[in-house]
Amino acid sequence: MEVLKIATAGSVDDGKSTLIGRILYDTRSLTDDKLEAIERTSKQKGFDYLDFSLATDGLVAEREQGITIDVAHIYFSTAKKSYIIADTPGHVEYTRNMVTGASTSQAAIILVDARNGVIEQTYRHFFINNLLKVKDIIVAVNKMDLVDFAQEKFDAIKTEISELATRAGSKQNITYIPVSALNGDNVVDASSNTPWYNGQTLLAHLEGLEAQDVYEESVARLPVQTVIRPKTDEFHDFRGYAGKLYGGSLAVGDEVTVLPSKTASKVKDIYFFDKKYQEAARGTSINVTLENDINISRGDIIVKSSELPKEAKQIDTKICWMDANNLVVGKKYLIQQGANVIAAKVAGIDSVIATDFSGETPATELKLNEIGNVSLKLAKTLFYDTFEENKTTGSFILIDPQTNNTSGVGFIQ
Amino acid sequence: MNDLRVNTLESEAIYIMREVAAQFEKPVLLFSGGKDSITLVRLAQKAFWPAKIPFPFLHVDTGHNFPETIEFRDRLAEELGIELIVRNVQDNIDAGKVIEETGKYASRNMLQTETLLDAIEEFGFDACIGGARRDEEKARAKERIFSVRSDFGEWDEKNQRPELFDLLNGKIELGQNVRVFPISNWTELDVWSYIEKEDIEIPSIYFAHKRNVFLRDGMIWSAQDDIVYREEDEEVVEMEVRFRTVGDMSCTAAVPSDAATITKVVDEIRKSTISERGARIDDKRSEAAMEKRKQQGYF
Ligand SMILES: Nc1nc2c(ncn2[C@@H]2O[C@H](COP(=O)(O)OP(=O)(O)OP(=O)(O)O)[C@@H](O)[C@H]2O)c(=O)[nH]1
Ligand SMILES: [Mg+2]
Repeated sequence: MEVLKIATAGSVDDGKSTLIGRILYDTRSLTDDKLEAIERTSKQKGFDYLDFSLATDGLVAEREQGITIDVAHIYFSTAKKSYIIADTPGHVEYTRNMVTGASTSQAAIILVDARNGVIEQTYRHFFINNLLKVKDIIVAVNKMDLVDFAQEKFDAIKTEISELATRAGSKQNITYIPVSALNGDNVVDASSNTPWYNGQTLLAHLEGLEAQDVYEESVARLPVQTVIRPKTDEFHDFRGYAGKLYGGSLAVGDEVTVLPSKTASKVKDIYFFDKKYQEAARGTSINVTLENDINISRGDIIVKSSELPKEAKQIDTKICWMDANNLVVGKKYLIQQGANVIAAKVAGIDSVIATDFSGETPATELKLNEIGNVSLKLAKTLFYDTFEENKTTGSFILIDPQTNNTSGVGFIQ
Repeated sequence: MNDLRVNTLESEAIYIMREVAAQFEKPVLLFSGGKDSITLVRLAQKAFWPAKIPFPFLHVDTGHNFPETIEFRDRLAEELGIELIVRNVQDNIDAGKVIEETGKYASRNMLQTETLLDAIEEFGFDACIGGARRDEEKARAKERIFSVRSDFGEWDEKNQRPELFDLLNGKIELGQNVRVFPISNWTELDVWSYIEKEDIEIPSIYFAHKRNVFLRDGMIWSAQDDIVYREEDEEVVEMEVRFRTVGDMSCTAAVPSDAATITKVVDEIRKSTISERGARIDDKRSEAAMEKRKQQGYF
């Protein structure tokens, strides 16, 4: 059984948390004590229905204000799949938390309030999911109960988002579903209120997703996190390079190149804990030894010699800014790409990108929640792929050395 | 148990352990002898094999722990040859730094925070690895993998660092520390299934056994009068029980169970309709009990 990570998206109050609570309720994933707590609090708040957003809005401030502030991670399983859902905030002020939730997800549910249609925040979240290459997008047109389940409302939103997707050159798989998160229409159970809709329910769609619909395919990249040298009698000369394998697979005997030194070697052994394996697959935290004794340290990358990445001392990137202090030309940051941290300086800001895909405007700085084209000058040569080619070696975070804050996330073009 | 899921979670946890070892100068693993911290120990072994786990263990002992857990704690640390640091809540009580709770629901759970913060300062720990999971409780569901705390141990829950992809930013100022949660994405069932799959030894109180207990508020409490307050009319009976979570004896209730083997325990958890923390009175104090404790520096 595979794990599918999903994030919610959409504007504030569009019903994201309610939808997740509803999925949990209808799949009987809420334990008795959690359900009782929701019943109790709903009653206290004077509602004559169950407020399912209470299943995910866990902070006091969230419950008081009835909004989501930070991502909640929610877990449930069906007979077919196990799910990790990141319920993200819709409020623009908390976009960084939305990006946090979306960045590890393979699918996104973007909610749209059927009454309000596609609004600025819907665009922004669609844009971010597109930027992050989230492969499967479900547009859940919510609160259909408040528009008498009118097909025109649903169709209008569908048309608008399809046009947006075309403008964006989106390669994502986009599905549209009319739902009522509050009442459960087309969430887990098919609704009799939407006879004009003959697609799947939300859960049925998720259940049907295949690995190739959601997981990234690319070449093997092994960023070295740490070098393992036991120096015991038994393992006196053992020198293992420990890291998580991203992209393709790696096998014993593969000819590899270590970057940045460009030293060539061959994979001698692949360990996972104390067992040796012939081959390691994407996503495994392995420990490899090489045929030759070479100098490797944290931050180096091991790749197959036939699949070398690009290298540069200046890179063009798209950056999503998440700090209240603006990104300005000339400022220095640390960039962290995998296990590799190097100093970088903002060489130029080309433009700010409108999140409705309407174009780019010249800019001299990037403000909180803005996304822009930025070029960075690096203190050392960076070995990279474009984000399009590989999510790990094609992305990085920017750390402000003065505050230590994670100030932005970058995508190499 | 499905292997793909366990493998994904296991590799993620190992990755996090290795980031801690590489990014921090003085990490420590919080080890209580409970199932989650035992799981952490196994993951740390896997992350660094054939080298030894490169950090010590720390236990904040309330003095109200189950003797079986303490015995287990000492033995495992000894076997692995890892330094075990124990700091006692009792010392802070004796020094008058904290005041012991009294009455029916008295517990030392809250008092642990002070002792933990003292130990962090004493040793200059910059990262504390803990076994908290996001599925446990609604405030925990909001926590990052690397959770930055102020020099007072405070969690600023409305202003957490963004955490993108699996890039973990462990940069902090002197005095701050990071709480690290490698099994954030594991559920209770994942932990139990892992213990079964890996054949990991755990303390005996996790399995069904006969115990003298009494009932209060629909929950089953250990009849251990020196530690757990009992009213005179609360009658002691012998029952077959086990513990689902092992914390302080005064705030951890038992559950009726005949699950005497790991396979039966896994099966019981799979069918359970109550959450793990349903057996913890410390969370029932108020809606926001966990969030408040975390703001003050608790796990
Ligand atoms: N009538 C109706 N109301 C709904 C529906 N879904 C959600 N709501 C209500 O809309 C309000 C907002 O719902 P939430 O689930 O908190 O919205 P959200 O998208 O999570 O909001 P943020 O997380 O703050 O961005 C609540 O009062 C819900 O009860 C629906 O399908 N029909
Ligand atoms: Mg919400």
